[in-house]
Amino acid sequence: MSSDAFPRGGAAIVGHATFGEGLSPGYTSIDLAAAASVKALASAGLTPSDVDALFIGLPDDFLSGLTLAEYLGVRPKLTDNNRTGGSAFQTHVAHAALALAAGQCDVALIAYGSNQKSGAGKLVRSSQPPTYEGPFKPRMPVSAYAMAAARHMHQYGTTREQLAEVAVAARRWAMLNPAAAMRDPLSIADVLGARMVSDPLTTRDCCLVTDGAAAVVMVRADRAKDLAAKPAYVLGAASAVTHRDISSMPDLTVTGAAESGPRAFAQAGVTPADIDVLQLYDAFTINTILFLEDLGFCPKGEGGRFVEGGAIAPGGRLAVNTNGGGLSYCHPGMFGLFTIVEAAAQIAGAAGERQQDAVELALAHGNGGVLASQATVILGSATTL
Amino acid sequence: MTPPDQAFRAFLEEGRFMLQRSRETGRFVFYPRVAEPGTGCTNLEWVEASGDGIVYSTTVVRNQPKAPDHNVALIELAEGVRMMSRVEGIPPELVAIGMPVRARIARIDDAPVIVFDPA
Repeated sequence: MSSDAFPRGGAAIVGHATFGEGLSPGYTSIDLAAAASVKALASAGLTPSDVDALFIGLPDDFLSGLTLAEYLGVRPKLTDNNRTGGSAFQTHVAHAALALAAGQCDVALIAYGSNQKSGAGKLVRSSQPPTYEGPFKPRMPVSAYAMAAARHMHQYGTTREQLAEVAVAARRWAMLNPAAAMRDPLSIADVLGARMVSDPLTTRDCCLVTDGAAAVVMVRADRAKDLAAKPAYVLGAASAVTHRDISSMPDLTVTGAAESGPRAFAQAGVTPADIDVLQLYDAFTINTILFLEDLGFCPKGEGGRFVEGGAIAPGGRLAVNTNGGGLSYCHPGMFGLFTIVEAAAQIAGAAGERQQDAVELALAHGNGGVLASQATVILGSATTL
Repeated sequence: MTPPDQAFRAFLEEGRFMLQRSRETGRFVFYPRVAEPGTGCTNLEWVEASGDGIVYSTTVVRNQPKAPDHNVALIELAEGVRMMSRVEGIPPELVAIGMPVRARIARIDDAPVIVFDPA
């Protein structure tokens, strides 16, 4: 095994922004991505002409790296459109950190945007149903996550009420986020009584379908403090792939986060107990439970019990998905970049009413495909360097 | 050599449920491929599947009121490989993890597929 020489703290997020969450009729996906991009750049005192590396992956545009370059008037020395699903943006942070450390670029822009709600009105698909699954008509992606939840319930006694706790906690955070699409009170009974989609998951166990865009700007650490009052330094970033289709997932109760997490923690030189806020890609309620376990915040199988009693809601023992997550804030097809934006915002002290006290370490975890790709980013304040 | 997907389907059309097995490691491979995952071994033989399986996980896809609800399941075959399918012959919500099942060749959308019945 080679030693991992990830450049801990060598690069930082100095600008972050979101745009158009919820409904943005009339905007194209690239409009939304560009709007978030210029907003993120402006927050760091930069313009598109300062950018020399672009990271983007739109579901409906295979050449979106070229599209964004043209749209913004950027002549990138480096483009990366790694497509691992919603975790892609965590991998972009990892690759940007390496490229910045190697002097391959000076200002990296990572962007995403989607008009899937006002455009298509449903999840935009960028891949074909697998040949050996299609005939059985699973409702993808929810049926894949439903079978992971069913297996977790079978092996560990996890209950639908515990899954519902995740949705209720997300909603309580969303009620503190003015940009969140769903801000009405939500109870465990509401989640359990919602329309069943694919057993055991109801509509309220599933993420939203919305529009929205996000962007972050990364530079080397030596320049970061000139561009941001409180940069979010990238202390660790690691990813893992375990499968493509749910029928090939080695164990439906263990995700690749069990690999990406420990590697990111080792790079950062911190442990789960040190983390102040977590942003976990909650496409479905089972995700949050799986990732809390696999990232080491509780033992395998204990995730359901861990989230009981509002433990991950505002005022709970651990601040998880402080923007309201994909379940209640927004979910424009891929959510990974929104977890990174929220982690950076919490370190910058810019998270408004939901800002947590003294956030020095934040974790943003992305999920791609049907639990197939996992990627973990650990951000830290200047005091963690 | 017949391409793997075509070979699998041709066997099904003959009423045979066949799986690939690596001649190097003895491991079974599903879905059909040109090489064994991990080893890259291309020396694969087709052998008759036992047809025995266990439900690894299951869900009911809720279609009401448009169409009847239907089962989707992941079946772990006795040979150690897993496949997506459905369990027929019982209401979809009664399909349970751990249930022994038996493979049968059926037709969906005029193509042969493997479905399962409670064993």
